[in-house]
Amino acid sequence: MKKSYWLKPTVLPGFGLSLGFATFYLSLIVLLPLAALLGQTLTLSWSEFWKVIASDRAIASYQLTFGASFIAAAVNLVFGLIVAWVLVRYNFFGKKVIDALVDLPFALPTAVAGIALTAIYAPNGWIGQHLTALGIKAAYSPLGVTLALIFIGLPFVVRTVQPVLEDLEKEIEEAAASLGANRLQTFCRILFPALLPSLLTGFALAFARAVGEYGSVVFISGNMPMKTEITPLLIMTRLEQFDYAGAAALGTVMLFISFILLLLINLLQHWSNNRHGAKA
Amino acid sequence: MSSIPLNHPHPAAAALRKATTEPLWVRVLLTSIALLFLSLFLLLPLVIVFSEAFARGTEVYLASITEPAALHAIKLTLIAAAIAVPCNVIFGLAASWAIAKFQFKGRQLLITLIDLPIAVSPVIVGLSLMLIFGARGYLGDWLMDHDVRIMFAVPGIVLATIFITFPFVARELIPLMQEQGREQEEAALTLGAKGWQTFFRVTLPSVKWALLYGIILANARAMGEFGAVSVVSGKIREQTNTMPLHIEILYNEYQFAAAFAVSSLLALLALVTLLLKSLLEYKAAKDLAGAQQAH
Repeated sequence: MKKSYWLKPTVLPGFGLSLGFATFYLSLIVLLPLAALLGQTLTLSWSEFWKVIASDRAIASYQLTFGASFIAAAVNLVFGLIVAWVLVRYNFFGKKVIDALVDLPFALPTAVAGIALTAIYAPNGWIGQHLTALGIKAAYSPLGVTLALIFIGLPFVVRTVQPVLEDLEKEIEEAAASLGANRLQTFCRILFPALLPSLLTGFALAFARAVGEYGSVVFISGNMPMKTEITPLLIMTRLEQFDYAGAAALGTVMLFISFILLLLINLLQHWSNNRHGAKA
Repeated sequence: MSSIPLNHPHPAAAALRKATTEPLWVRVLLTSIALLFLSLFLLLPLVIVFSEAFARGTEVYLASITEPAALHAIKLTLIAAAIAVPCNVIFGLAASWAIAKFQFKGRQLLITLIDLPIAVSPVIVGLSLMLIFGARGYLGDWLMDHDVRIMFAVPGIVLATIFITFPFVARELIPLMQEQGREQEEAALTLGAKGWQTFFRVTLPSVKWALLYGIILANARAMGEFGAVSVVSGKIREQTNTMPLHIEILYNEYQFAAAFAVSSLLALLALVTLLLKSLLEYKAAKDLAGAQQAH
């Protein structure tokens, strides 16, 4: 049997049909369009490609996109840990509702989030007017972009840390306490190392999501070239100017980075599962 | 040795409990920080959507969501989701059957590729479709000759939506099916059930909550997708405008009350999605507890 070289034999039917359909559909819907993107990029010479992806405007957009995404993911790392901790360890009124609400950024369309956040942080908005009085420009500035990206990435750290925290055995903390550790020591030496893989996974997921985000950012950023223009928007601008190859080149750079982030996330999740599994 | 209070576990237990939880002020502080953060980033945007939607009164609100352009956008959004979600359900079932029930080479690669659309920026999704089906795309001339419109038309919007919502159902099903293993299906087959019978009577019922969960997540994302659809739609009013695109146009025309009125419908959809999600999680947990008790 030639088949058994790469397929472990089983009595279950339908392998050929299900795998065949899945790969066909995957190729048609996902891989073919992405191949077209790479194909279009290849029509550029190396120097043309470099000119597009290393132009001042492109570099400014990378700085904003990656800088704001990093800060937003870091904010979510800190507050996500606190939210997960409070949801798992403490009891308070309305906890179930709050827990369900954490997923709102997954369910709320990005355009809706974008105009709502802009309305809040615009110079005449509910919070924006107070910030303006303090001399802080929130909407239409890099800060506004960061605020939108915090919203978008909010659920990731909470949802990766929460299950790990739930499964941690209380006995280990009791042991630490009976051996004389105070609460802060127990947290820093026992709990934090156990949570670290899931924290990093959540951070990477939030970062990856933020890097590609478009819908919520275009409303709040003001879209000024060199100042508040994110890379996805620059791609959109190139496309509207019918500069297909330029758009594709920038798209390829972003796709490459996304792919690396995805691999990193897979590695982190693997690490996290191993840790998690070893304890159980 | 006699000083160890073995016979009196209460003080020791109380001390331990004290040692494994934080002082009251820390608990209050952390809970306040968490609630403040969530109110600022989750509650406030929701409140503002509804308050701005009704800022000009109920009449303006109702007019904004019943005008022809809005109704057309709602219809198109529903159509796109109604095509994209079932396509991805069929894919999700096929992919999870192959991945979870069989061990084969390249399985891990397939799982990674299924996750890919989550990491790809929506704008790149739209751009890629444009490069194939657009007027200057690879198939542009052929499509023009045969008078088929994909870009700036409904098929393009549907394709973009399928790409964006591609992994949602599969991602929910694969881990669950893997956990459930093959024994039940093997038993059904040994007892003489046909392949399809086994699938519909044994496999499908045992993953029904996860499947529904994937469907509502995919549906929420499908109806709310903005970036990818924005590239391929052309934003022609009453032709290729979905709800999120309609919101953008209204907002850019400074019709804020109308923009927030249409937004409130999508915010409502998001809240219903969260409610259904919690309900399904509860159901799945109950089923799992029931199954464990039966063992």
